[in-house]
Amino acid sequence: MKWLAPVITVFTLAAACAPAPTADETREKLPASDLTSGYKFLQADTQALQDDDFANPGFLWVDRGRALFAAAPQQSKACAACHGEDGAELKGAAAHYPSVDETTGKLTNIEGRINLCRTRHQGLEPLDYETDDLLSLTAFVSHLSRGEPVKVDVSGPAEVWYRRGEDYFFTRRGQYNLACNQCHNDNWGRQLRGDTISQGHGTAFPGYRFEWQSLGSLQRRLRDCDAGVRAEPLAYGSDDYLAVELYLAKRAEGLPIEVPGVRR
Amino acid sequence: MEMMKQDKFNFMLDRRRLLTLGTAGLVCAAFPMSTSAEAADADKAIRDLFGDGELNEGRVTVDLPPIAENGNSVAIKVTVDSPMTENDHVRRIAIISPRNPLAEVAEFQLGPRAGKAEVATRIRMAGTQTIRAVAEMSDGSLWLGKASTVVTLAACIIG
Amino acid sequence: MSIRISAPDTASKNEVIELKALIQHPMETGYRRNNRGEIIERDIITTFECTYDGDTVFQARFHPGIAANPFLTFYTRATKSGTLEFRWTDQNGQSWAETHSLTVK
Repeated sequence: MKWLAPVITVFTLAAACAPAPTADETREKLPASDLTSGYKFLQADTQALQDDDFANPGFLWVDRGRALFAAAPQQSKACAACHGEDGAELKGAAAHYPSVDETTGKLTNIEGRINLCRTRHQGLEPLDYETDDLLSLTAFVSHLSRGEPVKVDVSGPAEVWYRRGEDYFFTRRGQYNLACNQCHNDNWGRQLRGDTISQGHGTAFPGYRFEWQSLGSLQRRLRDCDAGVRAEPLAYGSDDYLAVELYLAKRAEGLPIEVPGVRR
Repeated sequence: MEMMKQDKFNFMLDRRRLLTLGTAGLVCAAFPMSTSAEAADADKAIRDLFGDGELNEGRVTVDLPPIAENGNSVAIKVTVDSPMTENDHVRRIAIISPRNPLAEVAEFQLGPRAGKAEVATRIRMAGTQTIRAVAEMSDGSLWLGKASTVVTLAACIIG
Repeated sequence: MSIRISAPDTASKNEVIELKALIQHPMETGYRRNNRGEIIERDIITTFECTYDGDTVFQARFHPGIAANPFLTFYTRATKSGTLEFRWTDQNGQSWAETHSLTVK
């Protein structure tokens, strides 16, 4: 298991580094004028793949989502029956998610909204995260907002969720003892091995990552971030990750939705 | 080596420096599991596919990006200089890697009906290497082209 | 299995046309391990074939070095109106196909 050695080395370095009061405790925010999509930090070839509406592999899921959206499941109605052919009524909607569901008072992302539609209106079982069906429907619905700037409501019942997401973002965690802000607010644009650190926006997701060789949800990306700092990833759909999604959306406000984005 | 660095800089480390040092420490973990084929295997793969005929350099152009930020998906285009007529055309093109676990990546069969001797796809690259493409013409002659890509290392190793 | 094809609907006789094909498939290499340390079995598409009115005009053989969700661009000469068929076959003989009608003027 020689591959473990360098990992342990880094862990040792991290542990040896005594916690010191730094700017992260003051919760320094990303200035709006600095807002930059992760797209800008990709190699030209990766950007070209995202921009190619045929070859971008994320469209395999968008296409499948469009077909699922139009098809009426047995003894039920199609998504299109309420939301219009090809989701015409949902154009731009995904740019305002997550939002609080009025009935449950719970914060709901696109995946959650699709599952609420299934259980409330279609008499269907909810779908699990990262199943082909839920990824495809989420990709299709989000893609209907491609180019639309993110704008979310963090007032009223959403405020407590927003605060909770912010807390998560600024809390050090894992064996590396790193908080989201330390990479994505304080060091974005710098090199970390072969990569340029991004600002950590979620606007490309669900997105196609070369690392995954597949499309994946924003929560899968968050789980990878947590695993990356050697913290225990949270369960899919957990309240904390929903709150982080809202915090990230507010933080990215003004950036356009890129679904299906392509990332490294 | 790493331990010495640690002793020396123990008290000077801030988080920014930690990121840099972490980078140095992790570089060697890039392709821990790869059971890479040797360069000789690439030669053998070419011989297995095309026989022992003379390999001429030229007529085959391989397009690869200079840098790939992930080896899981790298765009490649192979173009062969050929009129693609009934009497003079490309029969086969193969993409060969000297560093992947398997040297042979793909083989394409064309013919005069292709009209144009060009194929593009996306390949996996187990690290920085020079990819070879071999074309077999209708007269049986073999032609070789090459291109290199630097595969960079991701910031975060997951799992 | 999601498939995308890019091909012109019409072409003039003897025109060389560009064909693109993309299919959803993991192309599992057989070299990776799962989180219990067990080898994940190889699962790849091994062949691709494009026929034009029944004649094979392009074939490909894939190995694990082809990226997940295989993408191909290739060319053919438009000879007559007819059907282009794009067919992928995996290591177990299962296949997926899509067709496209081409009108040659």
